[in-house]
Amino acid sequence: MSKILIPTPLRQYVGKQASVEVTGATVAEAMSALLEQHPDLRKHLYTEEGKLRAFVNVYVNDEDIRYLQKEATELKAGDQISIVPSIAGGAVGL
Amino acid sequence: MATTTEIPATLNKDEILRYSRHLIMPEVGMEGQQKLKAASVLCIGTGGLGSPLALYLAAAGVGTLGLVDFDVVDYTNLQRQIIHSTADVGRKKLDSAADKLKGINPFLNLRTFDTRLSSANALELFRQFDIVADGTDNFPTRYLVNDACVLTGKPNVYGSIFRFEGQASVFATKDGPCYRCLYPEPPPPGLVPSCAEGGVLGILPGLVGVMQATEVIKLILGIGDPLIGRLLLVDALGMKFRELKLRKNPDCPVCGTHPTVTKLIDYNEFCGIRGEEKPVSSGVPEIQVEELKRRLDAKEDLFVLDVREPHEYQICNLGGYLIPLNDLPKRVNELDSSKEIVVHCKMGGRSAKAVAFLQQAGFSKVHNLAGGILAWSDRVDPKVPKY
Repeated sequence: MSKILIPTPLRQYVGKQASVEVTGATVAEAMSALLEQHPDLRKHLYTEEGKLRAFVNVYVNDEDIRYLQKEATELKAGDQISIVPSIAGGAVGL
Repeated sequence: MATTTEIPATLNKDEILRYSRHLIMPEVGMEGQQKLKAASVLCIGTGGLGSPLALYLAAAGVGTLGLVDFDVVDYTNLQRQIIHSTADVGRKKLDSAADKLKGINPFLNLRTFDTRLSSANALELFRQFDIVADGTDNFPTRYLVNDACVLTGKPNVYGSIFRFEGQASVFATKDGPCYRCLYPEPPPPGLVPSCAEGGVLGILPGLVGVMQATEVIKLILGIGDPLIGRLLLVDALGMKFRELKLRKNPDCPVCGTHPTVTKLIDYNEFCGIRGEEKPVSSGVPEIQVEELKRRLDAKEDLFVLDVREPHEYQICNLGGYLIPLNDLPKRVNELDSSKEIVVHCKMGGRSAKAVAFLQQAGFSKVHNLAGGILAWSDRVDPKVPKY
């Protein structure tokens, strides 16, 4: 099981939880499981073509997945996935 | 660290006494304090983040501070912009800030720039300072500051906040990442209406702004581990601090090995904002507050739908039926499409989206209350509090 940490702007789409536990061997599987549980999240995280939106970064523990194996990055038990959107005070990205 | 001032930064007797608590620490000492005095830092924005940032830099003895802000102090700023006080409401933020900063430290060389930072002035401005601290509140300016810092070779001490969370880092150093390495593209505007997810815990910019001041001072003194290549995430509610690794992206269009952005661009266009943002309500039928009042007083059979959040309803309301905007799709069956429905929110943005949604759902007798409950307070009933 991995924990996905949900940033504040997205918590309204996951029943106000700060984190969601999912199973998945890779980031892609974990994110899929997240979206299955909370489909409202999809349009905020992914484009119509199914790509992660450019103003959202995903980290496994403290590493950006762009510098690992992107969504194919493998997960071990206890890994934490962080979704980190860009924020700018008055304006909100998500 | 190279500074832009030529004058040797000697300290007089008063300054030595003033900074004694710095001087007695070997990590600062006379040499460090002189470096602070020789340094020049440009603060973009004197609001939430800029307030604590500028106050602490002035107190610490940074020799030259530049402040960029075109705005005027608003009553709602006072909840968090602690450099401004009640008596300053209506004054230019620069004037208000200047008074407090010089009051703390008369030795401060303060340079104020009463202007909106833009592609036309950023490069020339940044060249005059050693470090830039970004305390702005919108995406176009964030990207402008970042790009201008990379192009002029000035470190960008970054802080940003949202509700209870903040981020801090140091971008645009020679070997470190820049903001675009982290976020190559801005989010499209209007993805969330600005009045729906607003609000910020007053202390939060204090927490993050002082982190920025700390990083500025560390860069000047050359001590400690700066947040270069590190994104500090602050969760004020949990009082948790996490760190994520940031890497310099070799393909970054601004700071990578083959940059494609070699001059400043139109950042509003980059962020998808074309001139005045087109209100969502164009095309959505509207009703003015005076008209609504007239019809309610005449006891017409109108249904008032309020699409704000429950905590907003508690601040003030028109007695409307509350269905928060996000709940509307699943609660639409609570509405009677045969009735005339007037939809309102705080300012008219969310309600316009609600009207558009209801129209698509087959409701033909819906109108958006232009200007929302704020307009009602302005023009119909001033007893209704604004927020």
